[in-house]
Amino acid sequence: MTYDPAKVQLTDDGRLKHFLTTEGLSRELLTEILDTADSFISTQERAVKTVPLLRGKTVVNLFFENSTRTRSTFELAAKRLSADILNLDIARSATSKGETLMDTLWNLEAMYSDMFVVRHADSGAAHFIAEHVTPNVAIINAGDGRHAHPTQAMLDMLTIRRHKGSIEGKIVAIVGDILHSRVARSQIHALRTLGAAEVRVIGPGTLLPRDIESMGAVPHYDMKQGLADCDVVIMLRLQKERMQNALLPSEGEFFKLYGLTEEKLAYAKPDAIVMHPGPINRGVEIESAVADGPHSVILNQVSYGIAVRMAVMAMAMSGQQTPTEEPA
Amino acid sequence: MTLPDIEQTCTELTQQLIELIEREGLENPLLVGIRTGGVWVAERLNAALPGNDDVATLDISFYRDDFTRHGLHPKVQGSELPDSIEDRPVILIDDVIMSGRTIRAAMNELFDYGRPASIHLVCLLDIGRRELPIQPDLCGAKLTLNDGQLVKLTGPTPLELTLA
Repeated sequence: MTYDPAKVQLTDDGRLKHFLTTEGLSRELLTEILDTADSFISTQERAVKTVPLLRGKTVVNLFFENSTRTRSTFELAAKRLSADILNLDIARSATSKGETLMDTLWNLEAMYSDMFVVRHADSGAAHFIAEHVTPNVAIINAGDGRHAHPTQAMLDMLTIRRHKGSIEGKIVAIVGDILHSRVARSQIHALRTLGAAEVRVIGPGTLLPRDIESMGAVPHYDMKQGLADCDVVIMLRLQKERMQNALLPSEGEFFKLYGLTEEKLAYAKPDAIVMHPGPINRGVEIESAVADGPHSVILNQVSYGIAVRMAVMAMAMSGQQTPTEEPA
Repeated sequence: MTLPDIEQTCTELTQQLIELIEREGLENPLLVGIRTGGVWVAERLNAALPGNDDVATLDISFYRDDFTRHGLHPKVQGSELPDSIEDRPVILIDDVIMSGRTIRAAMNELFDYGRPASIHLVCLLDIGRRELPIQPDLCGAKLTLNDGQLVKLTGPTPLELTLA
């Protein structure tokens, strides 16, 4: 049997019930996520930001790997849907005492949880959990190893759509450490599905995966060529630990070649937007003049992140229910 | 089963609404239509109130009490209300009232935008089968349908009623 990444995420009638990866999901479904997120942006501009959709549901933030922004935006998203949320810092709890992943999950299920938001250092962890949880529990992948970070990719898609009108026909460049980036993988799948004209990845050869072209992205090793005519420039965070593995000469060298400066940004279209999933390393992958400049939509991404997470949580929760006839 | 003439029903409902606003002394009332049919009816009624603000719209998808049973509507269009409804008289408008659950959800959502001075409920059709103690202040026509039968409004131009 061939591996179908979409299958475990969908109900028999094609609705979302877990959100593990953007790979293999249809354009219609990705668009539905963006449309729903758009509606949640409007509810968050009100005096009362919560809606009662997930009232009485329990969401567990299950973070086996550290995160501040992703975890806190998932927490806010759950709260704005009126769910109860439990934050578990697994790195400091049971697993470190020797409890297995499945034992941790069974314990949480025994507490009548309805949704797990999972971040794990191993690729495929969220998928594994989705296949083993009891029915009616939704799994949202908040990042697994080098594999996928689908809510980050979808908030990036929402950012592009809101600032550039659509994703269709746009030239998008992703710059930096593509090799270790689950964000880049999820972005490439989503961009291809949503009709981007061209997806480019720019970085040193040591940080670009060898199979990148089979994913539908065009590799570039030079910023001038790679950024030419781009509508969207997505900078990735350079993880400092990569230096130790001799994949990079030095931070200074990287910045000189690939750091986004006003000078390099001028190669892109005059109205190009600059994005970054955060946290940013000023002076390593991006200079402050760009990060804080008129092209930057980095802080908008954070706001949209809450709306996208609300959309995905609401859709997955509803996918766990058996639909009945629509009433008048 | 013959359905009421929609033109005539709308005209009569407009007249009743003008009288209601006058009788209750509602100043600068905000007409709020519930998506989708309620918005069409609200637009129609508002056209007869010269100088009145635009119709506000309410999408109650995020407030339904049957979300866990029916799921999210794939195309949530969102609500469009003025910045503040604080202390304004609100006239809530829907096409068909049945169980009353839509109206309950709509009132819950309205209160998340502020505290209106009052809420009056106007429905084009009342088909009974109430499950909550909610009754319209004005209703264009009452219908008694057979079991399992429903009525649907299509629009916005022309507004048409069909049995389903």
